[in-house]
Amino acid sequence: MTLINKVLGREDTRSLTMNEAHPHSWLDAGTQGVIGKPLDRVEGPLKVSGQATYAAEYPVERLSYGVLVRAPFGSGKITDVVADAARSLPGVIDVITDYPSFIRNPQQGGEKKAPTQGVEKVDYHGEIVAIVVAETFEAARDAAAQVKVEYEPREGSYVFAAHRDQADRPPPDQIPPHMAKGDLDTAMADAAFSIDETYTTPSQNSAAMEPHASIAEWKDGALVLHGSYQMVASDQMQLAAALGVGKDKVRIISRYVGGGFGSKLGIAPESVAAAIAAKRLDRPVKVAMARQQVFDATVRRSNTEQRIRLAADAHGKLTGLGHETLASNLPGEDYFEPAGIGTQFAYAAENRLIDHKLVRLNWLLSGSMRAPGEAVGMLALEAAMDELAYKVGIDPIELRRRNEPAIDPTNDVPFSTRQLIPCLDKGADLFGWSDRKAEPAGDRRGEWLHGTGVAAAVRSNMLQKSSATVELTGEGRAIVSTDMTDIGTGTYTILAQIAAETLGLPLESVTVQLGDGAAPPSAGSGGSWGAGSSGSSVYLACEGLREKLAKAMGVEVEAMTLKDGRAIAENRAVDIAELAGDGMTVTGTIAPGKQEKLHRQASYGAHFAEVKVNVTTGEVRVERMLGVFSAGRILNEKTARSQCLGGMTFGIGAALTEELVHDPRNGKVVNRDLAEYHVPVNADIPQIEVAFLDERDIHANPIHAKGIGELGISGAGAAIANAIYHATGVRVRDYPITCDKLLAELPAV
Amino acid sequence: MHFTINGQSHEAEVDVRTSLLDLCREHLGLTGSKKGCDHGQCGACTMLVDGRRINSCLTLAVMHQDDEIVTIEGLGTPENLHPLQSAFVRHDGYQCGYCTPGQICSAVGMLDEVKKGWPSHASADLTGASLDNAEISERMSGNICRCAAYPNIVDAIREVADASAKVDA
Repeated sequence: MTLINKVLGREDTRSLTMNEAHPHSWLDAGTQGVIGKPLDRVEGPLKVSGQATYAAEYPVERLSYGVLVRAPFGSGKITDVVADAARSLPGVIDVITDYPSFIRNPQQGGEKKAPTQGVEKVDYHGEIVAIVVAETFEAARDAAAQVKVEYEPREGSYVFAAHRDQADRPPPDQIPPHMAKGDLDTAMADAAFSIDETYTTPSQNSAAMEPHASIAEWKDGALVLHGSYQMVASDQMQLAAALGVGKDKVRIISRYVGGGFGSKLGIAPESVAAAIAAKRLDRPVKVAMARQQVFDATVRRSNTEQRIRLAADAHGKLTGLGHETLASNLPGEDYFEPAGIGTQFAYAAENRLIDHKLVRLNWLLSGSMRAPGEAVGMLALEAAMDELAYKVGIDPIELRRRNEPAIDPTNDVPFSTRQLIPCLDKGADLFGWSDRKAEPAGDRRGEWLHGTGVAAAVRSNMLQKSSATVELTGEGRAIVSTDMTDIGTGTYTILAQIAAETLGLPLESVTVQLGDGAAPPSAGSGGSWGAGSSGSSVYLACEGLREKLAKAMGVEVEAMTLKDGRAIAENRAVDIAELAGDGMTVTGTIAPGKQEKLHRQASYGAHFAEVKVNVTTGEVRVERMLGVFSAGRILNEKTARSQCLGGMTFGIGAALTEELVHDPRNGKVVNRDLAEYHVPVNADIPQIEVAFLDERDIHANPIHAKGIGELGISGAGAAIANAIYHATGVRVRDYPITCDKLLAELPAV
Repeated sequence: MHFTINGQSHEAEVDVRTSLLDLCREHLGLTGSKKGCDHGQCGACTMLVDGRRINSCLTLAVMHQDDEIVTIEGLGTPENLHPLQSAFVRHDGYQCGYCTPGQICSAVGMLDEVKKGWPSHASADLTGASLDNAEISERMSGNICRCAAYPNIVDAIREVADASAKVDA
């Protein structure tokens, strides 16, 4: 149908670059009444019945199974891959390695070029260097265990503390690595109250439930790869570049993604290995990474060492603010964990210094994990703000109120919206904050010390270029097509809601097709930009369809109301299906423009936590937690709340349990499975509460919505840390706050 | 070999090394049960074998020739969902959906354990198991959900448990 429309000239495009504010939105007309509502996920019945198909679950003829082989050393040069024993096992088809083409590490999200390639020289323990292909998974797995990788060892850097003084300043990435205003040193010297503390956070793993997986199949020189990827369009470019084929020769299909959290932004080693093996053997190859390989050879959030300096006057008003971060990455990789990203605009202070440096280590790649920057940066900044509140002797909410900036303190531009203080106030009210007694360790109940803590949440909002096609069929159905992904965020549902609301159709009359690289390229899922960007592209396509419908009806578009599948204007009502005729198609494209420079765009929130700490064992239990958030228009109250629950729980994990341990002898991830890397389980999490403030951001995009997937983690762990201090009087600045770090300083039993 | 899965007979030639999970996913086209770790650490592969919940990645297919095996596909279909499946949809007891089949199978097995009066670590009374939120959380902690739908999972299970308690009363 799309092709016919193209030929007949019925296909249209509608583009918007966000240079101006966009106060009008059809979503506010509210005639269909589905936008914002807490509706069930449209793909829910498929997910709960096991019918949603993830990457490794497509039936393919003549399928073979690949199992990846890792380098069992931290740094060196491979001299041989001894595979005779493996090859001789029944069912084994081949053992394949391709030193120049295999990728050393995954690519970062959104890059268009291939990731670093070449595995003859190994840079970290667990690097993927070969693939065993067999008729069955069992045969391939056994054979992979028989492959011996021989090597000449080389000197490696495996200990962060040993190399922290050799850090270099990377080039600009998500933010410039260095920003300075005024004179922080003088502000610190002149301060009535000051904080100068260092906070550390360890490497972390996204640990999405679905391990990375690819099924690679070549047909007529072109690759179809069923993969588990967040950003299909750029992933296709990365994969084509890595394989040395034209970008039109690679199609990635990623309809369901079993969690991403950043770990599936760029292509990972299994995709290239599967594609190379499939081509060489002229057979489809499926590779699902083992959980241990996900830990070894995909991507981690960098560990950080963060020095926070706060200078305040006698009333607690900040005069200086410093946030200097050391993070780590592989040699040649410039991504740095932008821990100071939120500090740019969180609080007013005339004298400012934000800095980032990288320590080069032979540890696996570091890259984006849920809320790169804020997730760990706010663990430091918001704990330091709590420390300052105690020093000044004022309530931590009052401290934040006194440091609320009128305009963005870094770029001197207005905020598009900013409801940090209203979030704190509403949260204080819902949580019962006014009953709190400030002094620490003042509430002991038997063997448990109780305490409460608060922290702010900030998360930058971003818009990315994104396209979607919406076809209105002669049967009155809307079909949305884009290569956007739903990684659990609710994309299928919110795109259906946007189309239904804008076109006046019941939700059941909208079909959303996602994750196919043959569809128009989208922003992909990452950086919390998915809903705002892909949602706007769908909105624009529907806006174009509204004009076509009005024209078909012979009325002005402003005079037309669309509801329940009918167009109503000038005392006439016509079925949308009838107006659509043989079908109408519009492709919508949104692109970022001047608005993101003219305004500071961000989402805000406030976390409140109550913990109890066992005075004998140091065990911390989270008793209750509340998050209040403002993020522009909430497109679906149910899925938005779930995003916040997820973020807050990530925050609890970061505060209390999550820590990748690197072996100081070879950089190996010691705790490379879900028994040893402790993500929160059900019993760790109370019935968390979430509330939203009403908001529209007309500077963000035409649907007035902002990112929410990463807002929930920002500051969440700091609220836990601050509650632990309130409970115990012990300030642990080395995350996660495990029993051993608390025990020595707890009050007498 | 012969297997009974979701009330249906299946014949399959199986490697002695094939797990029950891989039998379903790779040989029988039943991909509803998920592989999250292959080591019994995440619970995504949970199935019901003779009514009891097990990690199907930790057991070999050849051990289950005469067993009654139920996977997520056997509990309900999109058109005719099991009460727990529809409760998970209503309460948004998932996000990415990858751990969900395991969560739901686990919840079915867990509610049966409670019915039989089996206590848990969280039980105050070892003789008659009640089912407050702490009990549900404790008993469901073998099923990891990284998207962290835990509060919604608890709500979904509690709704079904309460409804069934009413029927029993």
